[in-house]
Amino acid sequence: MKKLCLFSAALALGAVIAVPACAQQGGTLKKFKDSGRAVMGTRDSSAPLAYTLGGGQYTGYHVEMCQKILDTIKKQIGAPNLKVEYTLVTSQNRIPLVENGTVDIECGSTTNSAARQKQVAFGLTTYVTEVRMAVRANSGLTSINQLNGKSLVTTTGTTSVQTLRKHERGANVNFKEIYGKDHSDSFLLLESGRADAFVMDDNILAGNIANSKNPKDFIITGEVLSVEPIAVMFRRDDAEFKKAVDDAIRGMMKSGELDKLYAKWFQSPIPPRNSNLNMPMGATLKALIANPNDKPMEDYAKK
Amino acid sequence: MTYQWDWEVFLRDDGGGRSYLEWMLSSWGWTLSVAVLAWIIALVFGSLIGTLRTVPQTGLRRLGDVWVEVFRNVPLLVQIFLWYHVIPAIIPAFKGLPSFALVVFALGLFTSARIAEQVRAGIQALSRGQGMAGQALGLTLAQTYRHVLLPMALRIIVPPLTSESMNIIKNSSVAFAVSVGELTLFAMQAQEETSRGIEVYLAVTSLYMVSAFAVNRLMAWIEQRVRMPGMIGGER
Repeated sequence: MKKLCLFSAALALGAVIAVPACAQQGGTLKKFKDSGRAVMGTRDSSAPLAYTLGGGQYTGYHVEMCQKILDTIKKQIGAPNLKVEYTLVTSQNRIPLVENGTVDIECGSTTNSAARQKQVAFGLTTYVTEVRMAVRANSGLTSINQLNGKSLVTTTGTTSVQTLRKHERGANVNFKEIYGKDHSDSFLLLESGRADAFVMDDNILAGNIANSKNPKDFIITGEVLSVEPIAVMFRRDDAEFKKAVDDAIRGMMKSGELDKLYAKWFQSPIPPRNSNLNMPMGATLKALIANPNDKPMEDYAKK
Repeated sequence: MTYQWDWEVFLRDDGGGRSYLEWMLSSWGWTLSVAVLAWIIALVFGSLIGTLRTVPQTGLRRLGDVWVEVFRNVPLLVQIFLWYHVIPAIIPAFKGLPSFALVVFALGLFTSARIAEQVRAGIQALSRGQGMAGQALGLTLAQTYRHVLLPMALRIIVPPLTSESMNIIKNSSVAFAVSVGELTLFAMQAQEETSRGIEVYLAVTSLYMVSAFAVNRLMAWIEQRVRMPGMIGGER
């Protein structure tokens, strides 16, 4: 079995395919103790959950939360010298990299969905996002149904692509879809006028607007297309690690640390431009902090 | 622990009323459209510029030199971004063009530089006596090229031209970066949605191989048909 693992790991190198059934032997915690390093996968433009400040520095609500989780785990397994390495992942390769063991814990803006749970495992839900759209403030658009004949951009490899496809078919609206290769590319398409609306998780919209040249030119509007739970992601079939991560998150929820973290990233000025997203915590997330769970997005859609 | 193959993923609905197989075939159509249109542009401009690089007039030669150096020294993906983001901002006429047209221009002009070099090599491979003989017969320079030099040069370069045609099919995959719905974009998105990366990528790879091989066979047939006795590759 180890040969099969090596062979498939070799296959996965350079490509973005992984053999799902090839779990790391011995569990992630054992790997931390043996190798002395933990690899955290993070994003570059999913503000304020996870983004880069340049020069290899990553920060954000989930990045800081994961740093605290790893601190707790360090003490728990008795590896005080555990070194945390940061790896940039994209919407495209985050699941394959977690599956093949390159990334131990992915702290970005990954939606917990039943389809993805076949390949990876998620921690307790720590953020709930609503998929809406960002438009230019002077465009006068307020609903996605007004986009008949207009163009709409979303990022490849995200759940929003499929959400839009289902909506287009359901609501009988005919819009032209453009795919940005990552969130900053998609926002650039909106900024340059190639697209009339950018559909994405509201926090990513808010983060990109806040970091843009003229934040006042854009607004987030439109109906909620989908409610999605966001959580950290790690490999499947590793119950020990999941318990450790969940316990750490639960601890932060109970002690109020998560609330403080939320206020720091969503309701106060954040780097690099000291802009304030001004997004107070919604009722769903408050309820989750009181009673944490890791239900996938399909459960939210049924409501 | 063997991998569980699930080829039925292609028959599943993708949420928009069509199966993944239909989506893949439509993406294949886009790949071929981009490649074929870019190929036409590349051939026309490439032959023209390649010829210009061999004429005695310095001004025209310089033009050919500049063209080839500009389009050869910049990576293809960077050129595509230039056409997509920068040029529409500088030249307003390009703003209304769909990304498909911009990618066709970018890919076509990139390949035209390479074809220009091959055409130039083909012309320069001919002995100088050919051009002189043409002029001695009283043909103008243009007529010498048209009736004497180019027919032979183009036959000589059919093998590298075959490689170039196959390359353009493969290079069309960079169109995903500017949101043209071709096979690579399909592969990335379908892999994310269905979590069946291996099946999706295997199917897409085989479609690329089939397309490139078909082009290869077509060029081989063309090479066969235009062969002249006594020439390189001709019948003995």
